[in-house]
Amino acid sequence: MTQYLIRRLLIAIPSLLGISIILFTVLALAPGDPFEELATNPAIPPEVRLQLRASLGLDDPVHVRYIAWLTSMLRGQWGFSFVSRIDVDQLILQRLPTTLLVIGSSQVVALLIALPVGVLAATRPYSLFDKVANTLAFVGFSLPTFFTGLLLILFFSIYLDWLPFVYRSQIDATGWRWVWEHIRQAIMPVMVLGLAQGAAWTRFVRSAVLDVIRLDYVTTARSKGLPEGRVITRHVVRTALIPVVTLVALQMPAVFGGAIVTEQIFRVPGIGSLLITAILSNDTPVIMAVTFVFSCLVILFNLMADIIYGWLDPRISYS
Amino acid sequence: MAGSTLASATADGAPPAGAQRRLVSPWGEAWRRFRKHRLAVASAVVLSVIVLGVLVGPLFWTVPIDEIDFRARLQGPSWAHPLGTDDLGQDLLARMLYGGRISLAVGFAAMIVAVVVGVLVGSVAGMSRGALDAVLMWVTDLFLSLPSLPLLLLIIYLFREPLRQIVGPEVGIFILIVAVIGGFNWMPVARLVRAQFFSLREKEFVEAARALGASKRRLVMRHILPNALGPVIVAATIDVAAAIIAESTLSFLGLGFPPDIPTWGRILFDAKDNLDFAPHWALFPGGAIFLTVLTINFVGDGLRDALDPRRVI
Repeated sequence: MTQYLIRRLLIAIPSLLGISIILFTVLALAPGDPFEELATNPAIPPEVRLQLRASLGLDDPVHVRYIAWLTSMLRGQWGFSFVSRIDVDQLILQRLPTTLLVIGSSQVVALLIALPVGVLAATRPYSLFDKVANTLAFVGFSLPTFFTGLLLILFFSIYLDWLPFVYRSQIDATGWRWVWEHIRQAIMPVMVLGLAQGAAWTRFVRSAVLDVIRLDYVTTARSKGLPEGRVITRHVVRTALIPVVTLVALQMPAVFGGAIVTEQIFRVPGIGSLLITAILSNDTPVIMAVTFVFSCLVILFNLMADIIYGWLDPRISYS
Repeated sequence: MAGSTLASATADGAPPAGAQRRLVSPWGEAWRRFRKHRLAVASAVVLSVIVLGVLVGPLFWTVPIDEIDFRARLQGPSWAHPLGTDDLGQDLLARMLYGGRISLAVGFAAMIVAVVVGVLVGSVAGMSRGALDAVLMWVTDLFLSLPSLPLLLLIIYLFREPLRQIVGPEVGIFILIVAVIGGFNWMPVARLVRAQFFSLREKEFVEAARALGASKRRLVMRHILPNALGPVIVAATIDVAAAIIAESTLSFLGLGFPPDIPTWGRILFDAKDNLDFAPHWALFPGGAIFLTVLTINFVGDGLRDALDPRRVI
């Protein structure tokens, strides 16, 4: 298992490098010169401007600039936010836990929906339950996250007035009340993300279970006299989850996209809403850093999927 | 074997065994299977109504999209304004019809970009063995693990101004949005096409064509690609829905089309701060996006049953 993990980690490095190359290319191709303002400033002679450019390495060949950029990115020297006047890495570290918490709990919600519903639908294919579940899954993943968010706000905050629709990081309460308030304000963002993911996963789980349930070894397990519940949980679901994990890992970028939208709707102070604010206020260092962090998160989650993969299917980690 | 098991649960049962069936063309057979999926047929009807309404509607509903009328601010649906008005008193029906054209055009154009790139990459990878295939697939996997929305936002942020200066605000942002959405959606198509090529190029009819001296180009264009088209059509349908959602998301975040072009996402963006006293303003465009995406997805599901019966997801 350790060897397998090291191998996966080594495979993750080229993808991280690939992503960094794409990011850098986008940045390098982007028009606009950081010295544009100096060029129009009559107080600064052109020679000084050219010297400044050279001293900052802007005239270096592309690969030198790329390596310089990558090393500072990897060291966490992400620069200084134009707007907030603090270091970008601090800004992101402040906000990352909220994002991870919302995404993490929404994934749990999605799993709690998708696993039972998908398995139940697949064990009774073409039944009424299956049809209803499948139609609802279609509705679920056709609903864009921004519209679900607005609908939830309209119903639970405005019509019923049960839940707050603005996420506050500072809550002036202590003890259980503090915990309760936090849960209350997190319900809607988590549900928006969780329902969208759950709908997509339900279809994955259903079709994967449907593929497995007809196999001979399942019939063998049944004919040994194992109870049906045990056959499903121990024999069918474990095998069926292997392709599901792959598909879920492929969905990760979409999850982060959904998280950005959700954070923006509910004003959750995470890195997604930080990205939008930064874009609207032209805060380039923050934009670059957040995009980089999102890329790293996708790769991290892919690594986690690999670990689960190896645990579900021991053959993979031995080969 | 093809067609004996329908993939989706929303289809009705298995088709009857056709012992006495007349000779039907492959497309006739596909149409027969598509009709079995009742939700897909209903969705196709609804979708056609939406598309027709958006295309023809502005000819009949001639209220200008930017006529400001402060006496009729934030009104709910009425005879004068069937879908109500926004905070400037602009007619929402007219704006939605106009915005629908943009949203659908973006979805369709981005799909074309994604399919063209995907088919190109997939067929080159599928016809070549070894290093080229490995490199192309590595790039495909890399793109699959890119966080697409942050990158979309980053690219639009960086390139919006210059493109606007070159080709004007509307065309510039249209080209940019179509290119980036298409550029982040081609990977599933590429993988599909490559997988199809891998199985098709070993088939007897391809071997026969090769034995008769067909060039590689002719092999691909006449024999392999047409047979790989079924799954591509299905993926393309789903891509339209994905592109419409992507465009609406960008507009909803305030980073898509400029405010004077009311795409459905943009109307939602303007409406979201008035949710408590003008819910109709958000419900109609949101409902339009949802209905369009849902019907496209159902049509895609029906097409999957019709054209690609063995695949399940």
